[in-house]
Amino acid sequence: MSNPFLIKKDEKPSVAKIMFNIVLVALIIYLIFYFSLKVLGIVLDFSFVIVMRTRIFDGFIMTIIISILSLIISLAIGIVIAMGKGSSLLVFRYFSNAYVQFIRGTPLIMQIYLFYYIVGTAWGISNRILAGVVILSIFEGAYIAEIIRGSLLSLDQKQIEAARAVGFNKKQIIKIVILPQMMARTLPALTGQFASIIKDSSLLSLIAVIELMQTFREITAGNYNFFGGYIFLGCLYLILTLPISYISSRLEKSFAYEN
Amino acid sequence: MKIKLEKISKSFNSEQIVLSDVNLDDDIQTLAIIGPSGGGKSTLLRIVGGLLYPDAGQLLIDDKLVTFNEKELLQYRKELGFVFQNGGLFFHLTALENITVPLVKVHHYTQKEADKLAIELLTRFGLKDDMYKRPAELSGGQQQRVAIVRAVAAKPKMILLDEPTSALDPEYTNEVLDTINELKKEGMSFIIVTHEIGFARQGCEKVAFLKDGKLMEYGLSEEVFTNPKTKELQQFLSKLLEWN
Repeated sequence: MSNPFLIKKDEKPSVAKIMFNIVLVALIIYLIFYFSLKVLGIVLDFSFVIVMRTRIFDGFIMTIIISILSLIISLAIGIVIAMGKGSSLLVFRYFSNAYVQFIRGTPLIMQIYLFYYIVGTAWGISNRILAGVVILSIFEGAYIAEIIRGSLLSLDQKQIEAARAVGFNKKQIIKIVILPQMMARTLPALTGQFASIIKDSSLLSLIAVIELMQTFREITAGNYNFFGGYIFLGCLYLILTLPISYISSRLEKSFAYEN
Repeated sequence: MKIKLEKISKSFNSEQIVLSDVNLDDDIQTLAIIGPSGGGKSTLLRIVGGLLYPDAGQLLIDDKLVTFNEKELLQYRKELGFVFQNGGLFFHLTALENITVPLVKVHHYTQKEADKLAIELLTRFGLKDDMYKRPAELSGGQQQRVAIVRAVAAKPKMILLDEPTSALDPEYTNEVLDTINELKKEGMSFIIVTHEIGFARQGCEKVAFLKDGKLMEYGLSEEVFTNPKTKELQQFLSKLLEWN
């Protein structure tokens, strides 16, 4: 019997080996929590979930709605800014560069406070959910712009020459060659970014958008069950992000035809 | 196809001269363009194919002036077939789609006609089993053969091949050259930029030797290779033959 803890390079672990190690990891995680709770003398309690199920459900749905809306708007921003970064119109180019630098160089929490005063107070968007979506989109747009820009730059010029050579006109080159190839490169990364949006949306609780995070802040402020509350909250985020990560890695594999 | 080049010149970044004053006037069936790297071979091929604009000079095909604007060139390019060194197949499409999509979108075949023709050609060139594979799943030689099939599918006046075997492992070079030779026997005209001197000599009727952007020698392959006139070509050939 080979060492149950190790695999050799290029070895595929057996089912028994996989199960053994998964159980081991679960045990380690359990022990960390068990001893931490024991020191504090806390017993894990999830009974609040039944009582608060409507609020939790509402918060859960709100997080999904905010994330989807932000994905759509930030995608639009990202496309415009990605084009801006390569634009021959200098004002557009410099603005796009400045935007990306600022957003990527400062923390989201600061941007939320800052933009809430701009978007919310100065622009008069009093609806907190809408303001939250706009702020989150401005933030994520910079990252999506970089994803799109990267895939634009990685387009193979030989492919475009070949497209001209077979007689495609400009529209056909974009539709038949450039867009599908860009999709293949951006889709996995965009899906991954969607998981980030879901996590980042939790910071909108700072401006009292009642999404998942804020719901749990309110619940735990009432029942003082911080451990139970936040562990459950973590699980809810994982329910959203794990499938997305899975889809992202599947997309990556299915588009791996380039290499 | 009658090709007439009149004082064709081209430079990149307005400094680096790639072609200077290239003249040629002949009825070409099969032509090999040979010469050292950086001599302007690929650039000349691209100008003849309407993929690059010359800075100066004129190109006449069958006594007709080729106007270098995108709209006219679009039409012009449809009558030609291209094969590139590598990476010329669309890597998100299967071998079959690489052939059928241009037939449908550019040459207005119905999907059914395009499929039929493409499968016929792929079968003939021993690629039928691989037609649903994407380029990355094909060997370099298979990729180039698919590219050749794509180039000839729409029955072009001529095909232009830019170093079609340079990126290949030696064992694949011959299968690609054989394919070109087979098409030649059916009367397909072509211009090939190549380092395969044997193919230039035996497989091509005419040969052009390009060095430093100048057309140094041109003529029947047999004559040019047996009796190179310029010192440049003599040196070039002796270098190539050093290990042969």
